[in-house]
Amino acid sequence: METVITGESYSLDWNPETRTAALKGILRLNGLEEYAPIARFLLDAVPHGSMTLDLRGLEFLNSSGIATLSKFVIEIRNRKTVDLTVLGSKAVAWQGKSLVNLGKLMPALRMEFV
Amino acid sequence: MTEFIGTFETPDDVGSEGQGPFREGLELAFSPSSVPLKQRWRNNGLSADFLADYVTTFLPRDQNDPTSLDRHSEIRGAVNYIANELLENAMKYSEEDLAHPTTIRLALRADSILFTAANSTGTERGQAFHDFVRELTDGDPAEIYVRQLERAAETGGSGLGLVTMINDYGATLAWRFENLAEGGMRVTTQVRLEI
Repeated sequence: METVITGESYSLDWNPETRTAALKGILRLNGLEEYAPIARFLLDAVPHGSMTLDLRGLEFLNSSGIATLSKFVIEIRNRKTVDLTVLGSKAVAWQGKSLVNLGKLMPALRMEFV
Repeated sequence: MTEFIGTFETPDDVGSEGQGPFREGLELAFSPSSVPLKQRWRNNGLSADFLADYVTTFLPRDQNDPTSLDRHSEIRGAVNYIANELLENAMKYSEEDLAHPTTIRLALRADSILFTAANSTGTERGQAFHDFVRELTDGDPAEIYVRQLERAAETGGSGLGLVTMINDYGATLAWRFENLAEGGMRVTTQVRLEI
């Protein structure tokens, strides 16, 4: 597990063995531009095969962050080469409300709430 | 000229369902030109955290009742998200040349929380937002939501905050658009969250 991006209140960790990207903390960046480094890493992480996006430790995400994740899911859907699993937590308020909507963008997406 | 879209309330109203007057409330005000946007951005999150903590003080909480603790955390999360989105929008679209503060007011009622956020903006930007609001109130929220998510790449996710409030948090939104004498518009967004 290595930390690939860190900010004042968040981090993005990558585990190459399990092909898991974990976003943690509080993400309130301003617009898609500020989310670009995170988006770029996620898109380049796995060209083919399985990938897990672990959001269980992401306590807060603003709508620009939701837009970033939506964009990522749409790109993965269109690419058709990556088998994506998203891990969420029932204990985190925004995830129960908004995370489920990612599944509407990509029916093949596997969503697991723990 | 002043135009209202949706059921816009004033703090003294007893509410559309007659739930009684507001019991508690507070207002935060910011000057759009005081510090650069990048510095002010951090303030959105701090203010949203503060408003969420403030609201939960008034909610009953029973340490032995898991349902009450879940509800507490759900309302805290909803207030934090909504306040942060309203502040981000108000900061992003405020016109620095217009000497009006950006404000957010929070009012608590027995069974609802009313957020009222106001900022001043240029006429063109105000009109574009007005058109988006019309589209939002005339259409099906679920359909608009998926469309906004699909369009996030082109629009930068703009407008998604308001759509998530309606679709994911079950909030009711209303707006007030006022043309200012010195040019530009005062845009007020109101969000009612049932608790």
